[in-house]
Amino acid sequence: MLSRIPRVVISRNLVRRRFISSTPSKRSDALFVHRDTPYNNPKIAFEFNAENLKRAEEIISHYPPQYKKAAVIPLLDLGQRQNKGWTSISVMNYVANLLGMPPMRVYEVATFYTMFNREPIGEHFVQVCTTTPCMLRGSTEILNAACEQLGGIKPGQTSKDGKFTIVEVECQGACSNAPMLAVGDDFYEDLTPATTKKILDAFKKGQKPKAGPQSGRHTSENSAGLTNLTTKPYGPGEFCLPEFQ
Amino acid sequence: MFKPSSSSQALLRTSASTSRGLRPFRAKLRTSRSLATVADPPVRRYGGLKDQDRIFTNIYCRHDHGIKGAMARGDWHRTKDIILKGDSWIIQNIKDSGLRGRGGAGFPSGLKWSFMNKPGWEKDPRPRYLVINADEGEPGTCKDREILRGDPHKLIEGCLVAGRSMNATAAYIYIRGEFYQEASHVQQAINEAYAAGFLGKNACGSGYSFDVYVHRGAGAYICGEETALIESIEGKQGKPRLKPPFPADVGLFGCPTTVANVETVAVAPTICRRGGSWFAGFGRERNQGTKLYCISGHVNNPCVVEEEMSIPLKDLIEKHCGGVRGGWDNLKGIIPGGSSVPVLPIDICSEVLMDFDSLKDAQSGLGTGAVIVMDKSTDMIKAIARFSDFYKHESCGQCTPCREGTTWMMNMMNRMVEGRSHAREIDMLLELTKQVEGRTICALGDAAAWPIQGLMRHFRPEVEARIASFRAANGAVGFGGHLMRDADDTLALPDNLGLRLPEVAAPQPHA
Repeated sequence: MLSRIPRVVISRNLVRRRFISSTPSKRSDALFVHRDTPYNNPKIAFEFNAENLKRAEEIISHYPPQYKKAAVIPLLDLGQRQNKGWTSISVMNYVANLLGMPPMRVYEVATFYTMFNREPIGEHFVQVCTTTPCMLRGSTEILNAACEQLGGIKPGQTSKDGKFTIVEVECQGACSNAPMLAVGDDFYEDLTPATTKKILDAFKKGQKPKAGPQSGRHTSENSAGLTNLTTKPYGPGEFCLPEFQ
Repeated sequence: MFKPSSSSQALLRTSASTSRGLRPFRAKLRTSRSLATVADPPVRRYGGLKDQDRIFTNIYCRHDHGIKGAMARGDWHRTKDIILKGDSWIIQNIKDSGLRGRGGAGFPSGLKWSFMNKPGWEKDPRPRYLVINADEGEPGTCKDREILRGDPHKLIEGCLVAGRSMNATAAYIYIRGEFYQEASHVQQAINEAYAAGFLGKNACGSGYSFDVYVHRGAGAYICGEETALIESIEGKQGKPRLKPPFPADVGLFGCPTTVANVETVAVAPTICRRGGSWFAGFGRERNQGTKLYCISGHVNNPCVVEEEMSIPLKDLIEKHCGGVRGGWDNLKGIIPGGSSVPVLPIDICSEVLMDFDSLKDAQSGLGTGAVIVMDKSTDMIKAIARFSDFYKHESCGQCTPCREGTTWMMNMMNRMVEGRSHAREIDMLLELTKQVEGRTICALGDAAAWPIQGLMRHFRPEVEARIASFRAANGAVGFGGHLMRDADDTLALPDNLGLRLPEVAAPQPHA
C-alpha cells in the first residue's frame, strides 16, 4: 500500500480528507455471479434433444433412485456439449428440473468445477497446460506460439472469428508427454512451437489433426526405442500359480 | 526372501558366490564370530524387472485394448475361481503381497479392504460400494491414464476382484473429465465385460452380482481426495468431508465405501493369480511390488514405465529415460513423487531408492511415483512458485488455513521468484506453511506447504541470493515487497514494515 502513495507534497485539501484504502474489484477468469445478458438468461429455452435425453436416462439409471442428483455432473456435461460448449443458466435450470434438485445446488456445482464454461466459447476450445512439468519442457513458448497463431489474443480470450478460445489450464495428466495442449477432448502432446502452429492451422482450415504425441512416438514410451515390454506379452495362465494355470 | 525367478538381472551380490575378491576377508570375519552367528544379508540391487513380471503389458497401447486383446494377455483368466475363493482368501493374498496403496498415501491395501468386512457386516442391509479413484491430477502423474487407455480390462477385472473381497455391490470409476479418450476406453471395456457375462448378475458365472459404472468428473484436482470424490459422485461440490466417520462406515450415498487408486485395484487379479509371494518378491521389505513410474521434465526421453519398487532413482532415470538432459551432473533437483512432495537435491538423488520408506527417510515421499526432473537450467524458485499457483487454483475453499494460506504462499513465492522480498520473509513463509500444514480437513493444505518447505530446505541459498541481488539493484525491500524508494518520507513509517531493517546477510560458510 505504501508504494501506491505517490511521493509528492500533499496539499492541505487532500490531507483533511480521509484516505480509505480499497482494493480494486478484480475480475477473475470466471465470474462466479450470474448476470442476465441477452445471450445468457433464464428465458432462453434449453432442452435435451432426443438422443441426449436417452443418454441422460441411461446415466441417471447408474445411481440409486433416491440419489438422482448424483447425475448432475454428467448431465451438465451433456448439456454443455449440446449447447456449443458452454453451460448457460438455462442448461443449469433444465438439469435442475430434470433431476428434481434446487437450481442453486446445480449452480454450486457448475461454478465449482472448472470444466463448465459459463460464458460462450469458440468452436475450438484450446487449453494449454502450464503447470510445472509442462513449464519445464517449454509450455510458455507453446502458449505464446498458440496465442500468436490465433491473432495475438490473450489466454481467456476468443479469437476474432469466434473459432478459437484459448485458456491456460492446470495439469491435464499427460506429464510424460509434456508440453501438451487440449483442443476440445483431444490431447496434442510432445509439442514444439512449430507443431503447435501446424495443429492450430489445421483446425483453422477445418481439418482435424491426429491427436496424441506430435513427435512421432506412439504414446508414452521412451522415444529413443523401447526399454521394456519388447517381448510378446505373456498369455493366459502363464507364470500363474498351478491352480490358476 | 529373494526369488531367482523374480528378477534375474538384479545383481545378487552375496558374499559367497559373486564377490570372490572379498572371500578371504569374509572368511576371517566369520571365524571371529562366536556362537550367535548372523548370516550377512545379501546385498541386493533392485530394478531390472523382466517383461514377464510386468503386470501392465499394454501401457504403451501397442496392442488391442479391447476384450480380445486383453484376454490374450491373460486378463479374465479363471476370474471365477478367484471369486469363488471368497473374500478372506483375496484379502489374505493382498496382505501377503505387501501391496500398499498406489495413490500416494501408501496405506496397506489388504488392511484397508478388510475394514469393509467388520464383524456382523452381513446384517447391514445397505449396499456397499467400491470407488475407483481415476481422478489423476497431481502434476507429474500420468500413470493411471496409461492403464485406463491401454489396459482397461485389468481395471475392470480388478474392480470385480477387489469388490468381491470387500463384498461390494457396485463399483464407480471416477475418471477425471479431461480424460475423454480414456473414459471411452473404460466404457468400452465395461460394455464388453457385460456382454461376455463377466459383470452384472452372476458375474463370471460365480453367482456373485456386481456392477461397474463410469462417472466422469469435471475438472477439480481436489476430487482426488477420497471424501471429496465421494461428494463429487453424489453431485455436490468436491469439498472433503471430516473424518470420522470414515468412508468404510459412511461413504458414498451413506453406505460403506472404499476408495482405491486405479493402479492398486488393477494389480489385484494378477496378484491373486500369481500369488502374493510373487509380488512380495520385488522391492524391499514393507515396500514390495512393482510400480508404474512416470518420469517427466528434463530427461532425454520422458516415459511411463513399470519397474520394481526400491529401484534406485538414478537407475530409473538412466535406464528408462536416457538419463538427465546434459548428463547426471547437470541435474539440479528431482521431485520424486508428484507436486506434493518436497524436492531433493542431486546428492540425495544419487542414493535414494524409489520406495515409500527410503524417500520418507530423505524427507520426501513416493507419492504417486511421478518423477519430475529438473536440470541446472531450471529456475527452481519459479518451478515451486508454479506449484503454489496450482494449489491456490485448486484449493476448494472450505478450510480457511488452506484457502487463505495457499493465496499467501502463492503471492510470497511469486515475489521470491523476482527476489522482491526481505530475507526474513523466508522464515515467515516457512512459518506460514507450518501454520497451514495439518490444520485442514484434507491433505491439500499439507501438499501446498511441502514443496515450499523442500525448496527452503535444500535451495535456500539460491532464494537468499536472489533476494540479495534484487536488493542490490533496487534498494531496501520491506515485508510484502514494498520498496524503500517508493516510501513517502513525509509519513511515519511503522517499524513492522521492515523497511528500515538492516540487510540480513546470508550465513557465511565456515572456513
